[in-house]
Amino acid sequence: MRRSLSAYGPVLVFGLLLVAGWEAGTTLFDIPHYIIPKLSDVLVSMRDNGQVLGKHFAVTLGEALLGLGISAVFGVLAAVWIESSGLAKKTVYPLLVMSQTIPIIALSPIMVMWFGYEIWSKVAVVILFTFFPIAVNTADGFRSADPDIGELMQTMGAGKRDRFLKWKIPSALPGFFTGLKMAAAISVGGATLGEWLGGENGLGMYTKRASNMLRGDAVFSGVLLLSAMGVLLFLGVLAVEKAFLAHRRSA
Amino acid sequence: MSMPKKEEGPLALSVRGLRFSFPGEPPLFDALDFDIRPGEFVSILAASGKGKTTLFRLLAGLLDPQAGTIAIGATGDSAAAASKLGKIGYMPQRDCLMPWRTVLDNAALGLELGGSTKREARRQVLELLPGLGLEGTEHKYPHELSGGMRQRVSFLRSLLGGGELFLLDEPFSALDALTRVGMQEWLLQVWEQHRKTILFITHDVDEALLLSDRVLVAAQSPIATLSELAVSLPRPRSYEIALGEAFIGLKRQLLGLIGRGARAAEGGRT
Repeated sequence: MRRSLSAYGPVLVFGLLLVAGWEAGTTLFDIPHYIIPKLSDVLVSMRDNGQVLGKHFAVTLGEALLGLGISAVFGVLAAVWIESSGLAKKTVYPLLVMSQTIPIIALSPIMVMWFGYEIWSKVAVVILFTFFPIAVNTADGFRSADPDIGELMQTMGAGKRDRFLKWKIPSALPGFFTGLKMAAAISVGGATLGEWLGGENGLGMYTKRASNMLRGDAVFSGVLLLSAMGVLLFLGVLAVEKAFLAHRRSA
Repeated sequence: MSMPKKEEGPLALSVRGLRFSFPGEPPLFDALDFDIRPGEFVSILAASGKGKTTLFRLLAGLLDPQAGTIAIGATGDSAAAASKLGKIGYMPQRDCLMPWRTVLDNAALGLELGGSTKREARRQVLELLPGLGLEGTEHKYPHELSGGMRQRVSFLRSLLGGGELFLLDEPFSALDALTRVGMQEWLLQVWEQHRKTILFITHDVDEALLLSDRVLVAAQSPIATLSELAVSLPRPRSYEIALGEAFIGLKRQLLGLIGRGARAAEGGRT
């Protein structure tokens, strides 16, 4: 308890100072509400629109989770493929790494062309954002497996399957979680972008509409909720990672 | 090379005409012959870079010889077949413990791969832990153990994973001097209990003499013959023995063997 207080205390105090500075600054300098609304106004708007915001929150969270889940499954499958095929290691893996430099935002409109304005185009954009970090980090995790342990298992008569299950997979777990954490953090951005490109629901759509109407308080309440969603997803993955890797030495 | 005839019967390991080189490099072994009898503790003494670890990788079936045969156990299996059958206990230089497994599950790995149920494997490990000075560590993870303790776990894993022949590749070379002495005495004691056939690689003369029934010296390069020294010190041994005259005499002989080989190698090169 004492330790967590000394670890998180400073950042909590700093956060409170920022919040106080926001409220005081906007009042003191009389900043127009469509530039930066008062925090209290944002909170009031959040309360007044609670039901609507809740509905949109659920929609965006659903898109992010669905996209994350699909990316996790196919990202891991891609990493396994790269790991088990020498050809894929030489062809697919470099492309996957290079693809990280493509501005994914530029590809997003294509998803709308392919999947329309319903939920699947948003999910597709989330997948576009989250597939690569999961695939690349998991593949790197497989590569980081200690070859000496593999050889030792071979001298114990372990076949390919045993070595994969008892050596490769545990070795790749830290990499997989690193990728999943990155993916969780950016999945909300993907869902938001997907909603901007067209649609009726979700916090992304909500903030865009509010900004068209110069409703600063509504824009900020949407943005705060989206940020909170990203943090929650990240913390969720972190908790699962801790449960799985609790006993390993922290790197 | 003549073998002292103690007992006739099947050999634990028989190497004939072994030849191996890495592509584009001069051979490490050429027409190498040697035997290990069941229940013997034999050390191979050589300087670093002579291919000791390569020899072990050949014996463990991780590499294939270019010529010659390696026959393991009474049935004379090849190295690859023997390791598939779990007849070889290989203990690598690094402990190679899995950081995600407890001591118990690390040690049980070989049994698990051999087809035992997890429960049965754990039971066998738990039985042996006290005898190896590992009681109370079963639920610890490798990073919570000292280097010496990790090597004990690694040894136990090999002990349970292999049946007929144990290959120990400089297992104590990474330990500090004091821990090493403790581990050597520990190994002597464990070996007295289990009497397994052990082939031990080292570059430490004292270690080789203290532990072994025979020391094989590889002084030239490529290794074609191994000079042999029978260590006729009484067992059970302890570190005290290293201070006795008999030990010093053997050490002098052994250093002589190393020196002669080295001179021959120098002469051969110029």
